Amino acid sequence: MARNKEKLVLLLDVGPSMHSVLPEVEKVCSMLVEKKLIFRKNDEVGVVVFGTEETNNDLTKEVGGYDHIVVLEDIKVVDGDLIDTLQKLPRGTVDGDFLDAIVVGMDMLIKKYKDIHKGKKRLCLITNAVHPIKDSLEGTKEDQVETIAAQMTAQGMKMESVVVRGRLSQDANKRIMDENDRLLSIFSKQTLTRTVYVDSPTSLLGALKTRRITPVTVFRGDLELSPDMKIKVWVYKRTQEEKFPTLKKYSEKAPQTNKFATHQVKVDYEYKTVDGASKVVPPEQRIKGYRYGPQVVPISAAEWDAVKFKPEKGVKLLGFTDASNIMRHYYMKDVYLFIAEPGNTRAILSVSAIARAMKEMNKVAILRCVWRQGQQNVVLGVLTPNISQNDKLPDSFYFNVLPFIEDVREYQFPSFNSFPVSWQPNEQQQKAADELVQMLNLAPSGKEEALLPDYTPNPVLERFYRHLELKSKQPDAAVPPLDGTLKRITEPDPELFFENKSVIDALRKHFELKENPKLKKSARRLLREKPSGSNDEDGDADVSDAQAVNSIEKALVVKIEKIGDLTPVQDFEVILSRRDSPEWVGKAIKEMRDKILGLLSDSHEGDNHLIAVECIAALRKGCILEQVSPSPSLCFCATVSAFATAKWPVIAFS
Amino acid sequence: MDLDPEDVFKDEEDGSDNEFFQQSASSKEYVVYLVDASPKMFNTTCPGKDQKDETHFHLAVSCIAESLKTQIISRSYDEVAICFFNTREKKNLQDLNGVFVFNVAEREHLDRPTARLIKEFDCLQESFMREIGSQYGIVPGSRENSLYNALWVAQALLRKGSIKTADKRILLLTNEDDPFGGLLGAAKADMTRTSLQRAKDAQDLGISIELLPLSCPDEEFNVKVFYADLLGLDGEDLVQFMPSAGQKLEDMKDQLRKRMFTRRIIRRITFDITNGLSIQLNTYALIRPAVPGAITWLDSVTNLPLKIERSLICEDTGALIQEPPKRFQPYRNENVKFSMDEISEMKGISTGCLRLLGFKPLSCLKDYHNLRPSTFVYPSDQEVVGSTCIFIALYRSMLRLKRFAVAFYGSSSHPQLVALVAQDEVAKAGVQIEPPGINMIYLPYSDDIRDVEEIFPDTDDDAPRADEDQIQKAAALIKRIDMRDFSVSQFANPALQRHYAVLQALALEEDDIPETIDETLPDEEGLARPAVVKAIEEFKLSVYGDNYDEERDFLGKGKVGEASRKRKTIVENAVKESANYDWADLAENGQLKDLTVAALKTYLSAHNLPVTGKKEALISRILTRMGK
Repeated sequence: MARNKEKLVLLLDVGPSMHSVLPEVEKVCSMLVEKKLIFRKNDEVGVVVFGTEETNNDLTKEVGGYDHIVVLEDIKVVDGDLIDTLQKLPRGTVDGDFLDAIVVGMDMLIKKYKDIHKGKKRLCLITNAVHPIKDSLEGTKEDQVETIAAQMTAQGMKMESVVVRGRLSQDANKRIMDENDRLLSIFSKQTLTRTVYVDSPTSLLGALKTRRITPVTVFRGDLELSPDMKIKVWVYKRTQEEKFPTLKKYSEKAPQTNKFATHQVKVDYEYKTVDGASKVVPPEQRIKGYRYGPQVVPISAAEWDAVKFKPEKGVKLLGFTDASNIMRHYYMKDVYLFIAEPGNTRAILSVSAIARAMKEMNKVAILRCVWRQGQQNVVLGVLTPNISQNDKLPDSFYFNVLPFIEDVREYQFPSFNSFPVSWQPNEQQQKAADELVQMLNLAPSGKEEALLPDYTPNPVLERFYRHLELKSKQPDAAVPPLDGTLKRITEPDPELFFENKSVIDALRKHFELKENPKLKKSARRLLREKPSGSNDEDGDADVSDAQAVNSIEKALVVKIEKIGDLTPVQDFEVILSRRDSPEWVGKAIKEMRDKILGLLSDSHEGDNHLIAVECIAALRKGCILEQVSPSPSLCFCATVSAFATAKWPVIAFS
Repeated sequence: MDLDPEDVFKDEEDGSDNEFFQQSASSKEYVVYLVDASPKMFNTTCPGKDQKDETHFHLAVSCIAESLKTQIISRSYDEVAICFFNTREKKNLQDLNGVFVFNVAEREHLDRPTARLIKEFDCLQESFMREIGSQYGIVPGSRENSLYNALWVAQALLRKGSIKTADKRILLLTNEDDPFGGLLGAAKADMTRTSLQRAKDAQDLGISIELLPLSCPDEEFNVKVFYADLLGLDGEDLVQFMPSAGQKLEDMKDQLRKRMFTRRIIRRITFDITNGLSIQLNTYALIRPAVPGAITWLDSVTNLPLKIERSLICEDTGALIQEPPKRFQPYRNENVKFSMDEISEMKGISTGCLRLLGFKPLSCLKDYHNLRPSTFVYPSDQEVVGSTCIFIALYRSMLRLKRFAVAFYGSSSHPQLVALVAQDEVAKAGVQIEPPGINMIYLPYSDDIRDVEEIFPDTDDDAPRADEDQIQKAAALIKRIDMRDFSVSQFANPALQRHYAVLQALALEEDDIPETIDETLPDEEGLARPAVVKAIEEFKLSVYGDNYDEERDFLGKGKVGEASRKRKTIVENAVKESANYDWADLAENGQLKDLTVAALKTYLSAHNLPVTGKKEALISRILTRMGK
């Protein structure tokens, strides 16, 4: 849609102090353009770099000044070349002036679009803002910024500034940084500017929204506090998962020479009768069946329509309650944002008053929502206050869906206090854990919070789009490995772990882990796991285990029907658990008995006795499990007992 | 192979491992209802619904009927048998006197409940006297012992299946606290002894016997006379028995129709705390949106199930594609192809374990950091001894320090950052409400979070903020509309309850659909209380001033006016335009297709019909409207 076409100018600082993060800047900017190529083909983008040796922009030609700013690409509809440009940004040699760059960017937008496309024009500044901007000829720097900000608002431009700081610019002048921050904050206050401070390359990748999704309301209407008191609200999604793109299926059937082949694949579903004829049943002859006990009850769509639950559209308050009554893990879905109807001052005030009162009293509201007419279900959820930190933005609410009784599975778990002492941490162990929880801090005071969801990109998507770009150039390129920046998301930060090495070592010293020696992978679990065909799931299980698994799995393939010499216990269990015929139980027990007797009589100086004892234990267990009349087994035990004591009196039966 | 994003929720492994859980290991329940049908059950009455008295027999039968209707939805794989004793007729495998096993066609005696069973059981009361009959089985001078027989029959019915996979229960419903009261001396002692022995034998086989006693109005059921011995009750249990039994009967009647799931481990995962320190955890799905069961497509003529076949057809050549096709993404004017292996390689960015990245204070976990239902994590020492100990230590530290762990959960289908939030055990009246453990909350990525700046419209002015007085008034309002004891999930899902009610009515061919109550509607009475109304009025006054209604009307009108005016003009124009054609004549002569789409649309708008679709669709809509 033309009216949603975004016009964007990227203002990128390429000065020497930025060189270390330029690879990430290149990545995030090309990702931005790449996503535009796929999702918003008509958006227009221009690129300006500053801090370069050269100077090349309109303003310098027209009025002079504005040095060290180069317009790399004029504003134009996105194309592949733009990505190529962004992937090899020039490395500058001079400390750039971001304010000049903003002016150049604004000038480009103004010249190209005059004052149309209000609200669709955007500037995106990426800088570290550690170098002073030039003094202006008239007035203070603040005045200058305010003039520019006013102009920006008048033109309906938005700005997004990503300021790279922290670890990435340690030895910068504090005074200058503070001054620049103050100047940038003027933009945030006076215009619709989002200023983001990032201190790691990872959050730089996430700080810039690479895909803009035009927000749509889920609901517009009344928030009913009571039948007489309604507040006009609009509801948006606050979070919604960006899925891995659904790729189309590719058909290779069309001949290579066919230039117009679409290579598309049509997926066709046919509903056929199960009997031998396999007749295709036309759609109008199909009916949905619902399970009722063992039967399936056919119910037509028309029948359902007549009787099903049809709630009235509306958002109604059920009541307020203490915030502590709602546990965080009950939040069921993605999150909604409730805002007062824009422009409706009274509604904004009502929302503000209620949100602030809720915050003060630590209360939340329970709502019942039917977003659309014809919606087949109601949504029950909790409204929590969201007090705005930005003067420009009104207060609002977050809304999270809560479960119904049917959605909660009431499983009981034993209390930790009921565990044996050996499972409880002792004082030192608890102390070591406390240390770890305290020291492995991702949100230290005075620093940016690491791995803040708002600035953490999805590594899978990141990787997909990079691979896509790579493949468009080299069709047989291999999937690139995760680079160091993205590894910060999937793996612990080595720096943080190194700093706290003593804490981690202490933890390791205090806790001992070992493989369970008693663990015999019972046939049951193996039987269950086999169909999934996933051998790598147990990748970390030790080798001997894996071998055991293999040997049994192989045996299973040929369907164990006899108890062998190598793994009699396992064989026995497998046969016992075969359910395809009731005879197996009897057969297993009989075979096991013979085996044990065989083992004992063949034993040479008791070398088989240990195996025999294991077999007897398994046999006993099996008999108990299967509720087989124990008498033959008991007699048998006595026989064996006599046998064994005569031969090798050490074995005692319990 | 498509990688299913919902894969995480699939219960792919089940089983219970920990020795602590053994008692709840069985996944099925086999229940035999033993209903006393002696004349005493018919003669005694108790006040029932609608203030009418109903007989104990009626009460027992209707309880079972209700319970069956719930069970068929909640745990349809459980098996039941219904058995009457003290009957005139006999029907049982052992051919014992005074015991009648009720069953319907196409069903074993102990089997899953079917619609037919429920339906015929519902009508049983009318035909009971005629076909089964009531008669005391224990009379002086006879060697018959109907209670003994009943227990024997029940035990025989429960012979099926192993005690390991199924919970076996006998539910005894009777109002006779002294079944051998009519006997004397040795006969009584002998019968008592054999009956108790019979019960003990059953219990030794792992069958639990439960008694649901029905008390007569004038005389409470005295469990001590006989049944305490039969059930093996003593001490505290005996004191608690009567009150809890009453509750059980009530529960049987009002159960929620809800599909039950047995507890399963969704996945066993390793939690990497640091290199070389990995513990074992089990994950459980405690909260998942409940859906009505799966649907099966049927042939509406034969009512037989259909199988669905998927075929892939090449759009260029029409050829059938057998092998799994590659995928592609159009990009830069060409198709970039990916094999499925590549796609799963791209997604597989981690080894499938949970890796600890660090800790943050709980205040860092914002309300909007949520995407999906959480997963519950509980430690297990089954494979790695010592897991539980570390887990408990970390869990206690996090609880005490009010911090949560950030970790990366590298599942193959959905690698994601997660917050691990420790949850203290909460118990009320001895019932666990929140189990102790850690909840894994799936965090969004920056890609998943929508910009607020985008949502809020541009304004030049600062946003208005409520003043102190308005906040005070709002606080007063909040105090008035307070749900003190609100707990999550106190409401049933009205749509789901309706679904089950409709399904039941259709399956049992009932005439009317049972009413379902929508519990999620606001408490109108409560909101109409004077104090509440006053608080609302005061808040309204402080924010809106005197003109709340005017402003609303004005706003409402302005908006509706504009939209409806626009619509109106369109319709008016259309009426004018469409009057230029003689539609009936055009339709008659099949000349509609000669008109332009615009002309066709004038007719449609003038008659308030949708104007979407291709020309053929428009024409057919016009013809339908004209009744042709």
